Amino acid sequence: MTDEQIKQAIVGIINDINPDEDTSNINSAERLRDQLDLDSMDFLDIVMELRKRYGVHVPDTDYEHLASLDSCVAYLRDKMAGKELVS
Amino acid sequence: MTTQEQTSGFNLKAEGKRVLQGSSGGRVEKKHNPVEKAKGEYDVIVIGAGLGGLTGANVMATQGYRVCLLEQHYNYGGMATWFRRPGGHVFDISLHGFPVGMKKSMRRYWSQEIADSIVPLESIKFDNPQFSFETEFTREDYTNKVVEAFKLDRAHVERFYDHLRKMEYYNDDGRTIREMFNEFFPGRNDVHRAFMEPITYANGSTLDEPAITYGIVFSNFMSKGVFTFSGGTDTLIMKMRKILQQNGVDMFSGAQVERVLVDRDRVAGVRVNGRDIKAKTVLSNANIKSTVLKLVGEENLNPDFVQQTREVRLSGSSCQVYIGIKQGEEIPFITDLLFCSTADHFTSEELCDLRTKSRTFSFYYPKTRPHLKNAGFTIVSSNNARWADWQALSDEEYEVEKNALIDRTVSHLEQYIPDVREKIDHLEASTPRTFNFYTQQMQGASFGTKFEGLDVSMKLSEQVPGLYHAGSVGIIMSGWLGTVNYGVITANKMAEYLHEVSA
Ligand SMILES: Cc1cc2nc3c(=O)[nH]c(=O)nc-3n(C[C@H](O)[C@H](O)[C@H](O)COP(=O)(O)OP(=O)(O)OC[C@H]3O[C@@H](n4cnc5c(N)ncnc54)[C@H](O)[C@@H]3O)c2cc1C
Repeated sequence: MTDEQIKQAIVGIINDINPDEDTSNINSAERLRDQLDLDSMDFLDIVMELRKRYGVHVPDTDYEHLASLDSCVAYLRDKMAGKELVS
Repeated sequence: MTTQEQTSGFNLKAEGKRVLQGSSGGRVEKKHNPVEKAKGEYDVIVIGAGLGGLTGANVMATQGYRVCLLEQHYNYGGMATWFRRPGGHVFDISLHGFPVGMKKSMRRYWSQEIADSIVPLESIKFDNPQFSFETEFTREDYTNKVVEAFKLDRAHVERFYDHLRKMEYYNDDGRTIREMFNEFFPGRNDVHRAFMEPITYANGSTLDEPAITYGIVFSNFMSKGVFTFSGGTDTLIMKMRKILQQNGVDMFSGAQVERVLVDRDRVAGVRVNGRDIKAKTVLSNANIKSTVLKLVGEENLNPDFVQQTREVRLSGSSCQVYIGIKQGEEIPFITDLLFCSTADHFTSEELCDLRTKSRTFSFYYPKTRPHLKNAGFTIVSSNNARWADWQALSDEEYEVEKNALIDRTVSHLEQYIPDVREKIDHLEASTPRTFNFYTQQMQGASFGTKFEGLDVSMKLSEQVPGLYHAGSVGIIMSGWLGTVNYGVITANKMAEYLHEVSA
């Protein structure tokens, strides 16, 4: 999966969690929490969906790496290698 | 609910028969063991089908695990329950109101259809010697009402809300609610009442709880109003059961878990109705104290942890009065939820006194069950109560107090509907003893434990790897929304654990 696809994977999950949220203009360097209305249950949902869709495991000590799209990419690059984007 | 709750469910076994607890009189004999169709092994066994257990089971099933759900009662839902009475009455026990967050949680962890049935209450009223007003309980409307009623500075009230919103579990400053109220609204018993009473009814907390518990619960409520489930609790639980079935969960009612089995320092399964079933993980939705002290047993635990569990205080319990209006009779629209009291001042003690003058009325109009042709009117009154007060009564005194409670409640209701007595054809009360009998919550606790229970609940899996707890605990994880979300949080931990042990 390319870096761009990893971002798409995360945004795709957010769209499913919060269909009312506008995700078209996310700044990937900025914290997701500061741009979208996401609470701690939403982050948990992202973790659970990563596991369901991609078999990727994020232990709770690593949740901080999901703060922004850029940090997600850096953290998930190895874990998502060789996986197909699920739409 | 008259005499059977005076014996504990466990005593029925003394008669040598297996009986279905909770069915009429608690004495219907079981013809076969309800769990005989269970498989020998699962990835996950869930003990208890309260909202925490049901949700945990569903999340694990949707992640692809083999799940078995065991409930001791004949019905599912735990305290999210209802009962029927002659005259076409259906009484909901805990459907008084929950925060808007429930809509999202139902959509995410159950179904869009369930989420779509979550609707706001139209009106909430407060009436007591200090103030009276009606509100939608949205942030905007409630602020308007308190600013007007108490002549407060709006910016100051907003600062109070902002302070509450910033409170987080991980940076608790150790203050009590009382201390926080005294800082923001010194000497204003009326303001304390307006902010505290609804939360005491919602989770049994007093002014002496950590302020953090108030901050989290109040902020959840104080946003878009108070919500309910259109269709009634029976419809909700029926829909949840259907979804669990579709997701392949094996469900058994009348299944009393007697023991959590531990082997080589890990969880190994459960003993249920005398039968051992293996499992890689177990999620207990039973009360945290009974989970640790009764189901696991001290011999499997570190003595410090056992001691810590013993010291956890339970939250209070409740009394309710169920009022059925005759078929064909109507009552006018008063409000959906009324917080009323004839006590001059507010104290946390008065609210749970044996003969408290403070109670809530939930009015259920035909709109509660729009799918029913002959849906009638019912009213459920609730008040906070202490187990010790009700437990201390002899059987005779108990009947007297229950009848006095019913009478006080109907008299209170007459202040709002003067001719209501003539329209009533069913009256019944429940007490802490009733709640204990039906849900096996220790001391009939309606809202789990005080704050310190959360730490024990979260550390359980460090003590016995593979064993988890989800259910109303620690005040912030109680109520429908709190327990549902806690079921999800715990299921996520369990999935991580299953991944680790399989790797
Ligand atoms: C009178 C009252 C009014 C309330 N009103 C509201 C309200 O308006 N809004 C709101 O949000 N919340 C309300 N609540 C609180 C809410 O109902 C509870 O917080 C929530 O339902 C608790 O869910 P739970 O999963 O923690 O536990 P429970 O509902 O107690 O479920 C535990 C389940 O485990 C089963 N069990 C226990 N031990 C065993 C065993 N050994 N083997 C098998 N099964 C076992 C029990 O039978 C039960 O079904 C109210 C509660 C009460 C009592």
